[in-house]
Amino acid sequence: MLKVIFPGQLQLGLTQAVAAAIIAFAVVLLARRRQIHLESEAAIAMGRGLVQIVAVGSVLVLLLRGPRWTASILLAVMILAAGATSAKRAKGIPSAFRVSTYSIACGAGSVIAVMTWLGVIDTAISALIPVGSMLIANAMNTNGLALNRFRSDVLAHVGEIETALALGADPKQSVSPYVQASLEASLIPAIDSLRSLGIVWIPGLMAGMLLSGARPVYAAIYQFVVLTMIFAASGLTSLVSTLLVRAQAFTSAEQLSLRPGVSANLAG
Amino acid sequence: MDFLGVPEPQSPNILVADHLSRSVNGVTLVNDITVQVRAGEVLAVVGPSGSGKSSFLRLLNRLDEPTSGTVFLEGIDYRQLPPRELRRKVGMVTQRAFMFPGSVAQNLSFGPRQRGETLSDARAEKLLTRVGLPGYGPREAVNLSGGEAQRVSLARALANSPVILLLDEPTSALDDEAKSGVESLIRDIIHQSFLTCVVITHDVSQATRMANRVMLLESGRATRVGSVEEVLHA
Repeated sequence: MLKVIFPGQLQLGLTQAVAAAIIAFAVVLLARRRQIHLESEAAIAMGRGLVQIVAVGSVLVLLLRGPRWTASILLAVMILAAGATSAKRAKGIPSAFRVSTYSIACGAGSVIAVMTWLGVIDTAISALIPVGSMLIANAMNTNGLALNRFRSDVLAHVGEIETALALGADPKQSVSPYVQASLEASLIPAIDSLRSLGIVWIPGLMAGMLLSGARPVYAAIYQFVVLTMIFAASGLTSLVSTLLVRAQAFTSAEQLSLRPGVSANLAG
Repeated sequence: MDFLGVPEPQSPNILVADHLSRSVNGVTLVNDITVQVRAGEVLAVVGPSGSGKSSFLRLLNRLDEPTSGTVFLEGIDYRQLPPRELRRKVGMVTQRAFMFPGSVAQNLSFGPRQRGETLSDARAEKLLTRVGLPGYGPREAVNLSGGEAQRVSLARALANSPVILLLDEPTSALDDEAKSGVESLIRDIIHQSFLTCVVITHDVSQATRMANRVMLLESGRATRVGSVEEVLHA
């Protein structure tokens, strides 16, 4: 219907964006009726997302035609931005930005490096950036989920953790059930994506490959390759972030610093 | 110790809080407390809600870090002790008993297991008998009543053979029946074992029944320290 009313691409795009935003805000209003306030976060996220993607879209052609070495700079910037975004899900956790950035760099960065070296990801910037961004974005989501789950589990079990510490437990052991739970929970989206590949989810990348002339079977197999890389990058990110965040939850004197109302690390 | 359970004046100090203070975000929770606890003595810490009783107790096993001052355990500055060794020696029973998943016996062996030791079935049963729960070893710990869980919590702390036991309002979360049972059990264990204790309570009559000495806390500061008569019945 919109295509008939707005034949111009720019007008059509803006109108489509407004339609999508209206649906999203309808959901936000429904949530508000249940006393769940997502208004400001949803508005900021949508505003930021639109501005960022339009800005990148405007220069994407130039970026994709740039020299190959610029790919590593672009991927590094993406990892930093992913670390900053993900860290916001870990309020109260000391050094959340450092933990997130390091975890995403280890998880997504190492999978991108190895797979590019093996030739699984093409070194052409037009292939490396889209596939790399997928791995980084999924690693960011996984990291955010892991940190958020760890934080909420620890805050809900302060009594159990401090009881273990008071009995002489190693801090690592005192939070091990919550580290495990956050690791498992953070990987649910990546595992479910793999599990539902081709049935629930047909990635856009596959359609693009088919349109650009790839053989359907190869295009299909490559979707599996991408999702498996996503799982590997997400898994490694979550493993690293849960290891790092576990250390951040305690002071040097083995006191639980991640407690409601206590943010200061007062240990010497 | 004499027959009334009062430690001899020459008993050595097991624990000394030396100008202990703690502030968080500019709020002073514990303010320059100095107090000694002699071997075999039971020190009750009393005071109104929010006076810093629990904050003080958490400093004694270094669950929280003092902003200034320190604690000497058996003459050693506790900052020189590895935290896990310190907490093994300074046992703690909290207001609410948090049970770990698994059996009661597994809960009892938690502390010794941290040091690579095993708690024999005989010793576990002896501890359970001591807290009035013989035969409870195989039971699921999370299914216990509040009073039973508090008894297991006490046995679990004792399984570490602490040199001093910290009790943070150990009966305040229990119903009246369980409360009197747990209190008399703690009193018996303390006096039979010559155990040194610091007990937090807001109940003056409980402090009178349990303690040799009392420290009154007000706004984080120790305003009176002395015998039960001197502090509570003056």
